[in-house]
Formats: sequence, C-alpha cells, structure tokens
Amino acid sequence: MTSVDKRVVVAMSGGVDSSVAAALLVEQGYEVIGMMMRLWSDEAMGGADHNRCCTPEQMADAERIANHLGIPFYVLDTKDVFRATVVEYFINGHRQGITPNPCMECNRHIRFDYLLNNALALDADYLATGHYARIHQAESGKFVLKSGIDDNKDQSYVLSVMGQEQLSQTLFPVGEYPKHEVRALAAKFGLRVESKKDSQDLCFLGKNDYRDFLEVHAPEIMQPGPIVFRDGTQIGEHHGLANYTIGQRKGLGLSYKDPLYVIAMNPYRNALIVGTRDQLGKDELVATRFNWVSDEAPVGESFAAQVKIRYKAKAQPANVTVRSESEIHVRFDELQRDITPGQGAVVYDGEICLGGGIIQSADVAN
Amino acid sequence: MTKRNVYLDHSATTPTDPRVVEAMLPYFSEHFGNASSIHQFGRQAERAIEDARQTITNILNCQPNEIVFTSGGSESDNLAIRGFATVARAAGKGNHIITSPVEHPAVTRTIQQLVDYAGFTSTILPVDELGQVSIISLEDAIRDDTILTSIVYANNEIGTLSPLTQLAEITQKHHVAFHTDAVQAGGQMTLDVEELGVDMLSLSAHKFYGPKGVGLLYVRDGIDLIPSQSGGSHERGRRAGTQNTPGIVGMAKALELAYSDRDARIQHLAQMRDQLIDGILSGFSHSHLSGHPTERLPSHASFVFDGVDGNKLLMHLDMKGVAGSSGSACKTGNPEPSGVLLALGYDRQKALSSLRLTVGLHTTQEDVEYAIRAVSESVTTLRKLNSTVKSS
Repeated sequence: MTSVDKRVVVAMSGGVDSSVAAALLVEQGYEVIGMMMRLWSDEAMGGADHNRCCTPEQMADAERIANHLGIPFYVLDTKDVFRATVVEYFINGHRQGITPNPCMECNRHIRFDYLLNNALALDADYLATGHYARIHQAESGKFVLKSGIDDNKDQSYVLSVMGQEQLSQTLFPVGEYPKHEVRALAAKFGLRVESKKDSQDLCFLGKNDYRDFLEVHAPEIMQPGPIVFRDGTQIGEHHGLANYTIGQRKGLGLSYKDPLYVIAMNPYRNALIVGTRDQLGKDELVATRFNWVSDEAPVGESFAAQVKIRYKAKAQPANVTVRSESEIHVRFDELQRDITPGQGAVVYDGEICLGGGIIQSADVAN
Repeated sequence: MTKRNVYLDHSATTPTDPRVVEAMLPYFSEHFGNASSIHQFGRQAERAIEDARQTITNILNCQPNEIVFTSGGSESDNLAIRGFATVARAAGKGNHIITSPVEHPAVTRTIQQLVDYAGFTSTILPVDELGQVSIISLEDAIRDDTILTSIVYANNEIGTLSPLTQLAEITQKHHVAFHTDAVQAGGQMTLDVEELGVDMLSLSAHKFYGPKGVGLLYVRDGIDLIPSQSGGSHERGRRAGTQNTPGIVGMAKALELAYSDRDARIQHLAQMRDQLIDGILSGFSHSHLSGHPTERLPSHASFVFDGVDGNKLLMHLDMKGVAGSSGSACKTGNPEPSGVLLALGYDRQKALSSLRLTVGLHTTQEDVEYAIRAVSESVTTLRKLNSTVKSS
C-alpha cells in the first residue's frame, strides 16, 4: 500500500457508493476519516421518522463499514444548519409558488460548505463523497467538473453549485466507475452493503408526504384559490398551490373541451394558471443565482450548449446567453414541456458541467 | 507537535492492572469450578470468592455477609433501589424516594421506572452551582412515607463530591435508608461505610484498574432487599447467577492495590489534574472549570468552553490522539445538553459545550502538557470554524 500523506474526510451514508469511495481511498493510501451528517427531520410530526439520509440503521451500517476499513467514524450534528438553510429554502420556495430543489441547496450549504469546512478544520486536505461525477484539473490549472462515467447515475446536475475552491478540495472516487463496477468493488473490499431502493422523496420528510409537511410548516400556502386561464377567466378552484406541479394534467377536477395542464402559478393571487397542451411547451427560460464552476461568468457571451432542467432529464441542445454574473437566458432548439420554476437549469459542454442556476417563474422570464 | 496517544478518560474505564490479570488467570481454566458445587472444584472457587470478600470487607470496614457481588455499577444501583424499595413498601413503610439531579442514569432511571410503573413517588433535591446537594433541603424533603435516599458519592461528569457523612446523618435520624453510587469514587475516596454512614454502596471494578463486568453492592446488615434478578440462591439469595470467580478475585485484588497505595495514588492524580486545570484555564478565555474547585475527585477535570460543540471537540481531540468525553457526547450526532450541567444552572448552549478529562495512574506530565496544547488548538480551531460557517 502506498501512502500519499494526505488526510481525507469521506462523507459516509452506509450505502454502497460512499462505502466504496472510502475503501478506494484507504487502498490508495490516504489517511481516511469517516463522517456522517445527522440531518434534520420533524420527528414531532405524526408518522414522521428519522431523516432518510441518516436512520439509525444507516448509521450502524456506516460505522460497521468504517470499523471494517479500520478508519475513525464520527457523526456530525448538522440538524440546525440543515433546518435553517435547506428546509427553510424548501418551505419558502413553495411559498413563492415554485418547486424548489433542496438537494442542490444541500450541496451548496451543507455538503460543500458546512461539512467541507468541518473537514478542513480537522486538518483534512480533501472531502470525499460517493457522487457519480469527476473532477479533472486542466492544463491551465483550472478544475473541471465532468459528468460521471455511468450516464444513468450521473450526479453532476446537483453538484453544479460547486466552484473552483470546493473542487480543489473534493474527491469523487466512484465517479470514474460505472455502477456495476462499484458493486463489484464492494464485493472485492468485503463490504456487506445492503442495496437500498433509491427513493425520490426528500430526505427530511421521513415517511410524510411533502403536502402533509407543508400543511404543518406553511399552512398559509395550503389555502384553496382560483384556477384561471392566462387571460384571468376562472374555471375552477384548487386545493393549495403546493399540491400542483408544472405540466400536471390529472387531478385538476376541471371539465373543458380540451385537456388542460398546469402551465404556471401566481402565488401573489394564489392562482393556479392552466392552459391547453400547446400553451404548455416553452422554448426559453431564465435562470438566476447561476454558479459558474470556473468561477468566471462569460458575461455578454452567447453560445451553443446542452441544458438539463431536471435531475433525471436528458440535457437538451440550446443557446445560452450570459446576461450577468448570476443570470443566464436559455433558448432551446425544441419546445420543452416541463420547465419548472425552482428546479435547476444546468449547462453542459458535452461531459463538462459549466454551472447551474435556478429556473425563474415564467412571468419573470417573459 | 508530534502526535501522542493520551488517554484521559479514566472515568469511563481504566486499564486492568497486570497484577490483577495475573491474580485472575488461574480461575479461568485451572480452578474453573462453580462456587455453588459441592465437590472440591466448587470448593476451590468458593474459597477464592470468600477470600476476595474478606479482602473487600477490610477496605469497606464491613462484614462478609454485607457484600453482594454483581456484574457492575448499574446492576448494583438497580438491586439497591428496586430491591430495597419493593421490600420496604410491602412492609408498609412507605413509597417515597429522595434523590438528586446529578445521579448516574442507573439510579435516575430505576427510580423513574418505579414512579412510572409501580406507584412510587420521588423528590429530586436541588443542587448548587458546584453540584452539591443542599443538606437542609434533604431534611425538608423527608416525609413519613420516605423509605430511601440515593445520592451519588462523586458525580461522573463534574467530579463533585457529595457531603455524604452529613447527608447520611440526617437520613439516620429519620430512619430512612441511604444508598450511594460510589462507582466514580471507588479506588480514590474512602469506602469505610461506618465513617460514611451509608446503608448501601455500589462499586464497579473496572473504574479502579479491575476487570469489566464485575461489581458489588454493600448492604448493611438488617437492610432487606429482594433480588432484581431472581433464580438460584447465590449471594445469600440476593443475586441469582453463577458467581464470576475470576472477576471477583480481580476486583478484590484491584481494591487491595488501590487502598494499600492510596495516598501516593491520590497525590499523583491530583497533581496531574491540577496541572491540567491550570494549563487549560490559563490558556485561553471563555473557559471554565465545571463542578467544585476543591471538593472533587483527584482524577477529575471538567470544563465548559463557550461556543464550542462538545462533540466536535472530542472528534478533534481524538484526531490528535487525546481521549476525553463530554456530558452531551453522543455517537449519533444528536447531542442533548448535559442534564447535570442544566441542573447546576448552566444554559443549554453551555450544557452542550463540556469536556471531561480524567487522569490516571499512568498519566505523565508530558501527557498533560500535550493534552493542554491539543485542547487549546482544538478550541481555537472550532471557535474560528463557527465564525466561518455562520458567515457563509
């Protein structure tokens, strides 16, 4: 075993990816410290459970794996800062009638800020995670964020909040492998890792539905209101804006000659705006709070790129115009049906992730 | 500085003295008999146990039939409280128990269980800001139906010693039984039950360089209790289960070593402790000694560092090779403020910011100096981290 004389804190979850990440780093000769974050969940809510990212079982798994690898393992109390940033962002997003993406916010404030700073304070040279993405250093010395080798598992979308300093202090050991090889590595390292089903639900909801969560934490936004056409004509009543998402057709309870879709929301009037299928698609968006991975916004430039508008969507060809340090305009080559305010708009040049921002409401965009 | 491994968590456990291990070894494979058996193998084990019991009576100043061997401190506390309270109530003496807010959970939760499930009532006496129970409040709390008082000898988190003799005088006057958890005090403070005036006293061997998994309960002659673990009639019917011969032999040896050499041991411990306290308190601002400045265990130093998360401090010290503990310590990232510090009047934030460092017989001046530097560096780093993270 070679020694690289570098200390790494690896964020462990008890799952296969972060466990293999830890094992690879140990094999590569790093001094590895396992760390798990205790995140917030509303344990007082009826039926609520532990945060899905840190159940007692997952903690026990992570600790067992750390012991197996012979590395120290600590759990970091992250509840308050997680509540104050990610959960607050989620609730406020719904207050503004958008569909927020808390996972990006978590990477921005929790993983690559709070956790990274705690790792550096322990004299670590790097923070490592089990994300499927790659960090390469270009000849210029700049760090480049690339999508993971395994296209189906690529997580660069939620990592687009990272900048040069963070990339220089981060390692993604499994990003260079396809998932099936990571499983094989787990077997090779003798890691007994349960394969857990990937859940689409937000970690801090526990067993709750997000609507129940909002009923408790933001009851004022779960008020009924009008369903209207673009021109303001009312056609029905909704049960609270947070119950709906852009592009939704089912469950609106409307009768009209054509199928109707949710095309926008107006939180100020508590109105749900619907329209026909042809009104749904749009070929442009504006994203703000845009983070450039290179730390350099090419303000004023306009270029062809690929843009991803959801975590699991395919990147679509588009023209990107950089309006300011923090804002871009995107015009897609083809109509996109589910441009959802609050989700990320992440810009790629092939496998290179250039950066990401938050999709603004259509009214702002127009 | 060069990394050094410094164990300063002797209140959690101590290394077993090699002389103790040596005394125990014959009772694993050679003299393996069951002390309850009638044959020579059993007799051999029984003799070893009774010799151990005799050794211990010399230190506790009591009679052999007053010693009940158990699996450790928690079991002794359970046996004393549940075993005694059950009998006393059945005899119509009452159902009221008095205790303090600075007890080990083995005492607190046993009493709470009796209150929640068995119809007992309890009074928790106030403590002052140094962690001592007020003597007057004990007298005030005693009622006609009071059967038992349980007050810790030395608190595990802050090391404060209770004024046991004075407290026991009051309970004696009112014919109330007095139990003390002496687990932290064992090996350092006097265990003379006549001098202390206690009726029951719990000890655990691994706190004084004996093996883990063995302890005892002293029960004054005439105090009646039922076993909390029923079964065979071992230990005069007060604790069922085959006796742990090697453990009992080891505990007696460890106690004998501790008390034959007590003055020198205490002198060394107190010297190391005082250097540690002086070095840390003079090192940087907003650090306080918690607990009593003088009436404290010779081995025990405990601190509160404003604005420093106790759990993170332990993590940083661990990375530097220094082993300590914290009243809010938690392996699952869900720290609760120390109940002991809250009872002393500390606020929630401070009660999450504690550090306990407990020295041992093998602690050296170099260890102490290294630990002072490690604490100082870690506290400084964590205070800086607070401001970094808050501003982002």
